[in-house]
Amino acid sequence: MTVTETELAGHFEATVARGDRVEPRDWMPEAYRKTLIRQIAQHAHSEIIGMQPEGDWISRAPSLRRKAILLAKVQDEAGHGLYLYSACETLGTSRRELTEKLLSGKQKYSSIFNYPTPSYADVGTIGWLVDGAAICNQVPLCRTSFGPYGRAMIRICKEESFHQRQGYELLMTMMRGTDEQRAMVQESVDRFWWPALMMFGPPDDASPNTEQSMAWGIKRNTNDELRQKFVDMTVPQARALGVTLPDPELRWNSERQAHDFGEPDWHEFWAVVKGNGPCNAERLDRRRSAHEDGAWVRDAAVAFAEEGAR
Amino acid sequence: MSEWPLYEVFLRSKRGLNHVHVGSLHAPDDRFALMHARDVYTRRNEGVSIWVVRACEITASSPDEKDPMFAPSGDKVYRHPTFYDIPEHVPHM
Ligand SMILES: [Fe+2]
Ligand SMILES: [Fe+2]
Repeated sequence: MTVTETELAGHFEATVARGDRVEPRDWMPEAYRKTLIRQIAQHAHSEIIGMQPEGDWISRAPSLRRKAILLAKVQDEAGHGLYLYSACETLGTSRRELTEKLLSGKQKYSSIFNYPTPSYADVGTIGWLVDGAAICNQVPLCRTSFGPYGRAMIRICKEESFHQRQGYELLMTMMRGTDEQRAMVQESVDRFWWPALMMFGPPDDASPNTEQSMAWGIKRNTNDELRQKFVDMTVPQARALGVTLPDPELRWNSERQAHDFGEPDWHEFWAVVKGNGPCNAERLDRRRSAHEDGAWVRDAAVAFAEEGAR
Repeated sequence: MSEWPLYEVFLRSKRGLNHVHVGSLHAPDDRFALMHARDVYTRRNEGVSIWVVRACEITASSPDEKDPMFAPSGDKVYRHPTFYDIPEHVPHM
C-alpha cells in the first residue's frame, strides 16, 4: 500500500465509523465495492425474479379488485429491481453486465423465489411472510453505509408495507370463508414458513462474511438477530389470523423475552442456493426468454431514438 | 446492441418545492426517459414535475474531503448570523 492509499483507507474508515455515508465517487476499498456489488445485485435480481411466483396469479385472480392489487404489487417489485440496479451501477458495474450475470447464473437471487405457488392462498402468504421477512431485512438497510443503497432501501420500504398488508388482508378474507378456504391458507403457510425463515441467510456461525459487512456498516444486524425479530413479530399475527405455524418447538421463552423456535433445514437451503430447488431452472428460463423476446423492443426504441436525433 | 444511456431523475414533489434527485434509469431518448421516470419514480403521486438529464451531461465536483473546492467558505464565519453578538434587549433580530 502506498502512503496515499493508507490515507484514503483511513479517511474511508473514519467516514464509516462516524456513521456517515459513503458516496459513489469516494475512494473505497476494492473489497467493500465488490461486497456491495454482490449484495445489491443479488437483491435487485431477487426483486425481478420475485415477480414470477405471484405474477402467475394475475390472470387468475378471483376478482378485479384482487387483480388490480396484485398487478400493482408486481409492478412495484419491478420498480424495486430498477432502484437497486441503479444503485449498483454507481459502483462501476453496468446494467448489461448485471443482466448477463443473472441470466448466466453467476449472480444469485433469493432462494425463496425458487418455491412454487400452486395455490391462490400463496399470494396472501407471500405478501404476509415473504414481504414481511423482506421488511425485517430491509428496514435496517435504510441506514447502510453506502448512500445510494440506503436511499433505494428507503423508497422500497415505503412500498413494502402495502405488500405485506394486502397479503395479510387477503388471508384474513379467506379465513372468514369456508373450511376449504381456511385449509388452503394453512396449507400455504405450512409450505412457506420454513423457506421464509431461510430468507435471513445461514446461521451466524455459518455466515463468514457477516462480521466484515457489519464492520463496514453494510449490514446492521446478523442473520440470526433478524430471524429472531421476524419470528417474534409474526407469532401474534399468526394467532390473530387463526393459523398454526408448523414448528412444534415454537414457544415463548419468558427468560429471553423471545420465542424459541426450531432449526430450518439447512441442507434444503444449500440445495436450493446451489440450483436444486423446485423452480430454479424454470425461473431463469422464464427470465431468459423474457429478455430475448424483448430484444426487438429495445432495438426498435434505439432505432426510433436515432431517427429522432437526425 | 448498445446499452441505453443513463439518465438522472429529479422530482418536484409538490408546488413550491425544489426538484430533488431521486435516482436514475436507462432510456433510449429523452422522451422515453420521462415516461420511464413516471413509471419508476411516481407510482404513488410522488411528483408533480419531472426533470430527466443524461448522466454524462452532469459536471460534478470531486468528493474528496481535501479537495480545495469548498475551502473558500471554510474560514468565513462572519457570513453566519451567529457570528454577531447582539444584546438580549434588542428585539426582532
Ligand atoms: Fe420488493
Ligand atoms: Fe414486496
